[in-house]
Amino acid sequence: MSKIHVSATVNGDPVEFLADPRETLLDCLRDHLDLTGSKEGCGTGDCGACSVLLDGRLVCSCLVLGVEAEGKRVETIEGMAEPGGELHPLQRKFIEHAALQCGFCTPGILVASKALLARNPDPTEEEVRYWLAGNLCRCTGYDKIVRAVMDAAADLRGAA
Amino acid sequence: MRYHCAKSFSEAAEIAAGAPGITRFLAGGTDVLVQLRSGLVTPDDLIDLKQIPGVHDISRTPEGGWRIGVAVSGAELGEHAGVKADWPGVVEGMGLVGSTQVQGRATLAGNLCNGSPAADSVPGLVAAEARVTVIGPNGAREVPVEEIPTGPGKTSLGPGELIAAITLPARGAAGGDAYQRFIPRTEMDIAVVGCAVNLTLTGETIAAARVALGAVAPTVILVPEAAAAIVGTALDDAALEALAAAARAAASPISDKRGTAEFRTHVAGVLARRVAQAAYARAKGDTK
Repeated sequence: MSKIHVSATVNGDPVEFLADPRETLLDCLRDHLDLTGSKEGCGTGDCGACSVLLDGRLVCSCLVLGVEAEGKRVETIEGMAEPGGELHPLQRKFIEHAALQCGFCTPGILVASKALLARNPDPTEEEVRYWLAGNLCRCTGYDKIVRAVMDAAADLRGAA
Repeated sequence: MRYHCAKSFSEAAEIAAGAPGITRFLAGGTDVLVQLRSGLVTPDDLIDLKQIPGVHDISRTPEGGWRIGVAVSGAELGEHAGVKADWPGVVEGMGLVGSTQVQGRATLAGNLCNGSPAADSVPGLVAAEARVTVIGPNGAREVPVEEIPTGPGKTSLGPGELIAAITLPARGAAGGDAYQRFIPRTEMDIAVVGCAVNLTLTGETIAAARVALGAVAPTVILVPEAAAAIVGTALDDAALEALAAAARAAASPISDKRGTAEFRTHVAGVLARRVAQAAYARAKGDTK
C-alpha cells in the first residue's frame, strides 16, 4: 500500500506526514503527529470525542481521511490553551463546574463548544444542548457541561 | 485501496468505469468512511470529488432555481439565506441529518445515494421536484431525484455514473414547503416516518401540491393521491382528513426496532396533515 504525502496546518504550525489512504485524520493526528488529545470513542461519527475544526468547520476527525487534510487548516484541543499554558476560559470553567469526570469526551466537547461560541457568543441553554448533541458523555449527565459552557460564554462576553 | 483526487466529473466517471473492483465516490464521507471502518465496504478505488471546480458552490440557475454542488455540506446549505428563503423544507430536512459535526461534512447527494428510505433530506427534494445531473461514461443526463434510490442501499446509477449537481426549480410566487419527521427523541436519530409537502397557492386555494413520505416503503415515495386530496382546497378539515387517509393508504412500511408497521402507517397520516399545514402557512407568507 503506497502512502501519500500530506501537508497541512495544525494549530497554526505547518506539518507533513505520510498517510495510508485508509487512515483517518484522527489516526494521523494521533499516530503520526503525536497529538493524542483527540480521542477515538466510536469511530463512526456518533460520539464526537474526535471533534476538530477543519478549515474552521467542526467535524469528526474519524470521518475524515488523513489524505483529505492536504492543504487544509486543522485545529485540535492541543491548540486551545495559550502557548504559555494559560487555559482557555472554557477549560477553566469546565474545571470550576466539574464538567468532566473520566475526561474522555472532554477534548471533543471543548473543541465543539469553542466552535459554538465563535459563531454564537450568547447561546441559549437549548442552543448549547442541540449544538453538543453529537458529543456523548457517559459520566456527567451533561448538566455540568452545559452550565460550564454557558458560564464561559458569559465570561467571554464580559471580557470582550 | 487507491485514493484518487478527480479534477473533473468526466475524469471521476472514467476512473470509476475503468476500475475493476469496488468503487466509491467521496464527498462528505459520513457514510463511506463508516462503511470503510466497519469493514462493510472496502473500496478498491476511492474517488474524491472535492477538488472538482464548482462542487462547493450554490448558484442561481437561469430559470431562477438553485444548483447545489455535490460537496456542499449540510452546514453550508443551512447558512445559505437564498436557498433557505426559497426552499425551507429542503433545508430543514438536510439540517436534521446527524450532529453538528456530521453537518460539517454530510451532503445532499450523499444522503440521496446512500439509498436509505429514511434519509431526511430526500422527501424534501422529491416534493420540491428537484433533479440531479448524472454524469457517466456515456455523457450527462438529467434525472428526477425520486428515480435515484431503488431500494435500501441501492440506486439506479450505473457503473461509472455519479451525481454532479442537484437542481431545485424556481420557487415561484405563493409557494411553500416543509419537512418533519417522527423520532422518539429530540435529535440525533433516524426517522421512524418522514414527510415533506410542497404547495403552490392561488389566493387561499392550493393550485399544485407534491407530497413525499420517507421510511414507509423501500424508498422515499412520491404520493400523488395525497397531493390530489388537497389540490383545489383551502386545506380545510375535510381536505386534511382526505390527505391523511391517502398518506396512510400509500404507506407500506416494515416493522422494526424503530416502530411497527401499524404505528408508521398511523404516523404517516399525522405527519402529512401537520406538514401540509406548515407548508400552507409558509406559502401564504404567515411563517418562514
